Amino acid sequence: MAIPRFWREIPSRYNLVASKCLNCAMVDFPPREVCTRCGRKSIGNMERVKLSGRGQVVTYSIVHDAPKEFEMMKPYVLAIVQMDEGVRMTSQIVDCENAEVKIGMRVETAFRRLGAEGEAGIIHYGYKFRPAA
Amino acid sequence: MRGVSVIGIGETQFGELWDKSFRELGIEAGLRAIQEAKIAAENVDAIYVGNMSAGKFIDQEHVAALVADYSGLVDQHLPTVRVEGGGACSAIAIHQAAMSIASGVHDIVVVGGAEKMTDVGDVEANAILSSTTDQEWESVFGATFAGLYAMMARRHMFEHGTTREQLAAVAVKNHKNGSMNPNAQFQKEITIETVLQAPRVAEPLGVFDCAPLSDGAAAVVLCSADKARKFTDTPINLIGTGHATDFLAVHDRRDLTTMDATVIAGKRAFHAAGKTPIDVKVAEVHDNFTISEIMAVEDLRFVPKGKGGYATEDGETALNARISVNTSGGLKARGYPVGATGVAQAVEIVRQLRGEAGKRQVAGAEVGLTHTLGGTGATAVVHLFARGD
Repeated sequence: MAIPRFWREIPSRYNLVASKCLNCAMVDFPPREVCTRCGRKSIGNMERVKLSGRGQVVTYSIVHDAPKEFEMMKPYVLAIVQMDEGVRMTSQIVDCENAEVKIGMRVETAFRRLGAEGEAGIIHYGYKFRPAA
Repeated sequence: MRGVSVIGIGETQFGELWDKSFRELGIEAGLRAIQEAKIAAENVDAIYVGNMSAGKFIDQEHVAALVADYSGLVDQHLPTVRVEGGGACSAIAIHQAAMSIASGVHDIVVVGGAEKMTDVGDVEANAILSSTTDQEWESVFGATFAGLYAMMARRHMFEHGTTREQLAAVAVKNHKNGSMNPNAQFQKEITIETVLQAPRVAEPLGVFDCAPLSDGAAAVVLCSADKARKFTDTPINLIGTGHATDFLAVHDRRDLTTMDATVIAGKRAFHAAGKTPIDVKVAEVHDNFTISEIMAVEDLRFVPKGKGGYATEDGETALNARISVNTSGGLKARGYPVGATGVAQAVEIVRQLRGEAGKRQVAGAEVGLTHTLGGTGATAVVHLFARGD
């Protein structure tokens, strides 16, 4: 994949940049140009905000059958996390035993390597989750 | 708007068909449907083709023209349309073709669905399937197609008390139905133990919770209802259609245990047909994973929310029970050549309504339903069919 494809997502993947509708206060991640609740009333009224990075596990799976890029990590925990701002995100849970992960568990984001473009390609980074401190 | 009837059906064997190419499969199903409908080449006004990703599976785009070419209809210079929409593509193709007839533009349209998945390896095939999910905000973070459905399953178990055995009961039932379908990929019965002891794919789902990678194709001939009797004594009418979409990424959905796209598509189809879920005796639903069938029977209002697993375990969805679900064997046992799915489901329902389903015939079936998903449920299509007599 082309480098700009990773580069242009850096604000959200590195720094959790989301959007907030100034009309209804709903937070979306990644940022949206139109609020899913307010529609046209939100156009031009979507502010950029940074998520706190804290939330709780809504559901998870332990992935055994993984794509090539994730072969070395398996079995790994994949989860959907509801952030304290209300929006949900998908990523892996790391820095704990797979069996420790439970629905409702408090987690925080951690900056991690997500993958690489082949053996000599660029490495791309982003958020994963770990048990909250 | 004019009514639309099915006047011909055709399908191939489903399975790992090493000796058959994409074009051979598509043509085999299409010609069967055309011959069955007893129409001549000059009767066909258009061809619609549902195909998920020939571009990735066999490096071939522009498949609508290819199919028209190899159908022997090239002299007709027909308009052809290829429809994309993940696993729902050929169900959408039926909807689009039906609208072209209902509007009066066309009288007879052939709708095909085909996928050739085994020319790539398992790992690559799964990566291609995963391309219907959100690549930037799910896949990049390690979300696999099975992993996303597994997270819906985990949440369903948490909220509704659905058990691992209830998930397994879906696969057991569908393999039993598949054992009576000579075109099915798997015609062998399995037990709950088979499912529970299978290698894990994405917990809580194992290998037997997942539909296979398959090759295959299916086709139907649609005709305006007022002209259908010229070609057949048993036209099956398409009496209602619903097509709906939802957030692409699973994490954005309102409720992780409900597919709103299915709920809305179902409501639209039942409203259009003037029917209710109680009228349906036979249904083909999108069981790409066992959890998908449990959510589908709930979201289509065949059973109350949260009771899909219990109903399956109690045999309420078995052949000739309260409602017969996936009599063909479903995606799990009949096979899951993605693009063929919506049309293959319609073929089974037409067979059932005509009374031609042999050992797996549902007694007294007058109204049948198909339910087809795209991706992890960002698209859902529901069609309702009824006997035309």
